[in-house]
Amino acid sequence: MNEEKFDLEDCGNPPDMATVESDVLTVDEEKLLDELGIFGESRRKFLGQVSTAGLSVLAMQLLAENEAFAASNGDVKTAAVKLENAVKVSMKVNGSAKSLDVDSRMTLLDALRERMDLTGSKKGCDHGQCGACTVIVDGQRVLSCLTLAATCEGADVTTIEGLATGEKLHPVQAAFIKHDGFQCGYCTPGQICSAVALMEEAKRGDASYVTENIQAKARSLNLSDDEIRERMSGNLCRCGAYPNILRAIKEVHTGKEQAQGWKFSESSETEVA
Amino acid sequence: MAKYIGKEMSRVDGFAKVTGQAKYASEYKIPNVAYGYIAQSEIAKGSIKSIDTSEAEKQSGVLKILTHLNCPKTKSKDEAFAALQSDKIVFSGQPIALVIAETFEQARFAARLIKTEYLKAEHVTEAEKAPTVEAPAGFFGKPKPRGDANTAFEKSEVKIEAEYTIPIEHHNAMEPHAAIAMWDGGKLMVFDKSQGVGTVQGHLAESFGIPKENVSVSSEFVGGAFGSALNPNYYSFIAACAAREINRPVKLNYTRRQMFTGNGYRPYTWQKVRIGASRDGKLQSIIHEAVGNTSSFENFGENPNSFGRTLYKCENYDTPYRLAKTDLPTPTWMRAPGAVSGAFALESALDELAYELNIDPLELRMINYAETDPETGKPFSSKALMECFKTGAKKFGWEKRKMEPRSMRDGRWLVGWGTATGLWGAYQAPATMKMTVRKDGSVYIGSATADIGPGTYTVITMIAAEYLGIEPDKIKFELGDTKLPNAPMQGGSLTVASVGTAAHGAAGQIKQKLLEIVLKMKNSPMADAKIDDVELADGVLRTKKDKGNSLTIGQILQEGGLDEVSVTHTSMPGKERGQYTTQAHGAQFVEVKVDEELGIIKVTRVMEATACGRIMNPKTSHSQEMGGVVGGIGMALTEITEIDHRYGRMTTTDLASYHVPSHADIHEIETEFVEEIDTVVNPLGVKGMGELCLVGIPAAIANAVFHATGKRFRDLPITPDKLI
Amino acid sequence: MRPFKYTRAAETAKAVEAISKNKNARFLAGGTNIIDLMKEDVARPDELVDINRLSFDQIKATSGGISLGALAKNTETANHPLVRQNLPLLSQAILAGASGQIRNMATNGGNLNQRTRCTYFYDTAMPCNKREPGTGCGAMEGINRMHAVFGWSEKCVAVHPSDMCVALAALDANVKVQGADGKTRSIAFADYHRLPGDSPELDNNLKHDDLITEIEIPKNNFAANSYYLKVRDRASYAFALVSVAAALDVSGGKIKDARIALGGVAHKPWRALEAEKFLKGKDATEANFKAAAEMEMKAAKPLEHNKFKVELGKRAVARALTMAMNGGKTA
Repeated sequence: MNEEKFDLEDCGNPPDMATVESDVLTVDEEKLLDELGIFGESRRKFLGQVSTAGLSVLAMQLLAENEAFAASNGDVKTAAVKLENAVKVSMKVNGSAKSLDVDSRMTLLDALRERMDLTGSKKGCDHGQCGACTVIVDGQRVLSCLTLAATCEGADVTTIEGLATGEKLHPVQAAFIKHDGFQCGYCTPGQICSAVALMEEAKRGDASYVTENIQAKARSLNLSDDEIRERMSGNLCRCGAYPNILRAIKEVHTGKEQAQGWKFSESSETEVA
Repeated sequence: MAKYIGKEMSRVDGFAKVTGQAKYASEYKIPNVAYGYIAQSEIAKGSIKSIDTSEAEKQSGVLKILTHLNCPKTKSKDEAFAALQSDKIVFSGQPIALVIAETFEQARFAARLIKTEYLKAEHVTEAEKAPTVEAPAGFFGKPKPRGDANTAFEKSEVKIEAEYTIPIEHHNAMEPHAAIAMWDGGKLMVFDKSQGVGTVQGHLAESFGIPKENVSVSSEFVGGAFGSALNPNYYSFIAACAAREINRPVKLNYTRRQMFTGNGYRPYTWQKVRIGASRDGKLQSIIHEAVGNTSSFENFGENPNSFGRTLYKCENYDTPYRLAKTDLPTPTWMRAPGAVSGAFALESALDELAYELNIDPLELRMINYAETDPETGKPFSSKALMECFKTGAKKFGWEKRKMEPRSMRDGRWLVGWGTATGLWGAYQAPATMKMTVRKDGSVYIGSATADIGPGTYTVITMIAAEYLGIEPDKIKFELGDTKLPNAPMQGGSLTVASVGTAAHGAAGQIKQKLLEIVLKMKNSPMADAKIDDVELADGVLRTKKDKGNSLTIGQILQEGGLDEVSVTHTSMPGKERGQYTTQAHGAQFVEVKVDEELGIIKVTRVMEATACGRIMNPKTSHSQEMGGVVGGIGMALTEITEIDHRYGRMTTTDLASYHVPSHADIHEIETEFVEEIDTVVNPLGVKGMGELCLVGIPAAIANAVFHATGKRFRDLPITPDKLI
Repeated sequence: MRPFKYTRAAETAKAVEAISKNKNARFLAGGTNIIDLMKEDVARPDELVDINRLSFDQIKATSGGISLGALAKNTETANHPLVRQNLPLLSQAILAGASGQIRNMATNGGNLNQRTRCTYFYDTAMPCNKREPGTGCGAMEGINRMHAVFGWSEKCVAVHPSDMCVALAALDANVKVQGADGKTRSIAFADYHRLPGDSPELDNNLKHDDLITEIEIPKNNFAANSYYLKVRDRASYAFALVSVAAALDVSGGKIKDARIALGGVAHKPWRALEAEKFLKGKDATEANFKAAAEMEMKAAKPLEHNKFKVELGKRAVARALTMAMNGGKTA
């Protein structure tokens, strides 16, 4: 519908083809700042000018070392630090055996993020109140921020980095992209790990607080929207992608394509002033 | 015909985000990095009598502890809070020390061992009891009263007068603020969570008294911000101080609790609205007073009441605004700053007026529809709000609404339908983009903008693809780094209007350069062609008349003996804008179901009809709409930062007691895009809508709750205890 | 978090011995509460004895009823066929608490020993007699919207946060505990948790080295008519403002037995004994439910910000009883 509405070339070339360097406020900027109620110091900060200096060569080298750090098998290098109450722990992470000495205080989340360079699991609150750190341990979704790494001896841990096979995404990951089940992306790994485990819970026939008949135990549940919402409530999303997350999960859960929640107004063109 | 613009496109950074590969500020692997942990004050006002770090320093792994006694002094004259600068305490939760240790666990523990003695002074954290000051004037001075609001109010046939309050609310983006700072000689590099790397760069350069060129800031992915990362926050400076002191990279993360005192918040707002109207519903006067809280040391204002001045036809309008100086951290912008707070009061009051007059609330808004800007008399560059009213109402089923409160039910649930109007300026700021097109048809674009979640990576890529005629997957867009050309902060819903326009302009320049090469060719196939006679499409430059008359970009560059063509283009807001008022509008319709007995409110249906120019990508735009609605549901029903004023300390400082909406709280949210053709706002005709979609929601919900229950709630949030 | 020694216990005796020897040692099971509290510096053990590898994780039918292993996870318990079939009230209560992830980690024994979520208890900058006896109760005259209306003392107005325990209280569970001497004893659920009195630092009547091994729930006739209702500030993943476990044994419209317990109103799950007594022998009608609820809430003593809990308590009790009668649906 809107293809007809806009002849892109009619947008014309930009009004000013010259490259402009300016730290003088335009009328529009002034108006903007004014309407935003931006005064004094804040106004000046708003216009913070940017230099063209980039990250230095050193930083770029450091970043290069980032690559290919995560997937390696075997001993995870101990930082050249004396750890108090060190505990040796061996676990499987995304199929790779990992063995490391940890401070007894270290959580699984920090072990993943700070020691194994698996930063896909996020630290949103560090207190079990947001779900961003959700990983799958021995088949169950758990919070890695409330799990001591020391307790993971022999555990089989799957993180967001372990769901895809190369370029081939897990169906839940693909559905999240398709239905735009995220915005900033920070809660996303936790949402996806949670959703992946949820599918298994549904197959197993697990109940939730909104399950109508707790006594009737069935397998391979067909979860209603409210069931999915309740079961995903341990994963907060501040961007508010919930309805799209629901669509993504439902599509994988039911195998049926889910419709999007937006429309272009049919009459919008005619009524435009 | 558009190939990409206006079509659904999945996010170009989607793969990185769903696989955990997207790197947020504190996730870069930096060898030899040390960990910081902030210790905070336990009193709200006074000074530090003594601070004893000796026991903490003895602990294993501790490298350094910075306090006001040994932290480098900032060279910035900024009135914003700077950490560890003096013994003065100005809010509870103020950082008093930064512990640096080999590991996070060690730093966190040592921070607990710091012993502080305070000299307490009497604090005031309750805005109602705090001294107030006139809100500082904006750039053009304070908005002057329009007409004679007091006299007109007194003379009005029907009068409404009501007071509204909104508590302090926190952004609580999922990613806590964080930075990694490191020095390379005199050069500082920082990975920071920021909505505008340029501001952090400027802040750090100024704080250390070094040239901006010596400070690099990178913010590739931002885990939500909602305004909390617009201003530089205090942590990046102390992280950089620590890195310099120990000569090692330092990583510093806020804890979730520190997110309540370290990056601002939506201020507490008290508002009083007086509306005078005639019996037939015509607005005669609006006096909309507001007081917002600020800190003792900095005046933050967000003009909550002035947003309404351009919303309705009303000749007499006054918006006095004061700030209450509290011993709390300084507030900041939080999604739809000012407007959403003001809209809650004004749009609730309008609903109250509708009931006083017995006029349908939507009808009342139509009666007072402003065809031109009532403030300046200027025409709107475009305004399809009336169409939003109509189409939104139709889709929502508004005509089935019974006016009388408590008249609609679904079993034991009382059903309420409410509406409110949203408004946000259609802004544009100067933005610069570098664009390089290579012989192989690949493209690099770069601009120091941010993508905190709206989909900037995707939409700017789409715009470049559209105007270069090159497929999006051949385009690499780099943002969030001070090495890139200047762009405005991601705030105020202006990113696509600004950076998108720069991309559009840069593509125009690329076309120009390519054409110049073609025109210089011997026997040029496009001889005499003017810039408007040709187009870039499907990877070729071709004449519009004869689409077969084309050359691939590779061929052209080959002809020119070039490997690539590159431009850096700055777009400026068009001069024509000055003759118009440029705004985006929306009508918001909400259904609530209320279990009155137990105090439970469910927002079961939301219809957003939005007129914000042209939609670039309905998929990401709809996500923005949803996000605004969810934020609005939180604001209306669940979110409050409680303060125990005896201690001047916030008490709900975690995600268990500060309730952001959960999955189970969110139901149907639909968006109807009423597109506008607006060539005034910018060449793309785009207005932005990241804030607009939130503006009317809290009011629409409160109005719906009134319709359901007959009870008017003027103090947010409407928690179960208030319904009982 | 203070440094602590971590040990993994392979057998019960060793675990109990380790705890007996060290006053500052604590058992570690699911960890969902203690790790949180240690990060906040509210809990400061110098030794954690990991008991997750001990074998108290069975859920089984016994001659007297159903036994829940202390180390069985909340999720497993709520979904166990024996529990769903015979104790649906307990399943619902467990599922009303926390989130799927937390229920997968949390154990039954640990759930009993959750500490209050009072924000003054959690913030070491605030006074709290429970965290630091003698410092005063911050909530008493502070922000006490979430706090107790029953059984509080001048020393403490905190509430117990568990949902599971509210159902266990209603169902007259017994907690089996193994002491340092290796002997097992049974504590009636009503005697397990304490009211704050003069020692709010004590949540329950366990000794330092007691290890919970199982929770027994006697047979009952409530499975057909029970409901767990939870009212909270958001629809899920939030602690209760007021919750109600309601169970009725009804025959021919007459109430033979009634069990009602409330959560979010006291330092321990609050059994509504008055209401139960009133309902016995009466018709299962909404009028009687309301009268019972009214009677029970008369004794409530609200604080400045939680007066609403008295009215909400009445309505929630009546509603939960109604829903118990209607198989979980409202009329």
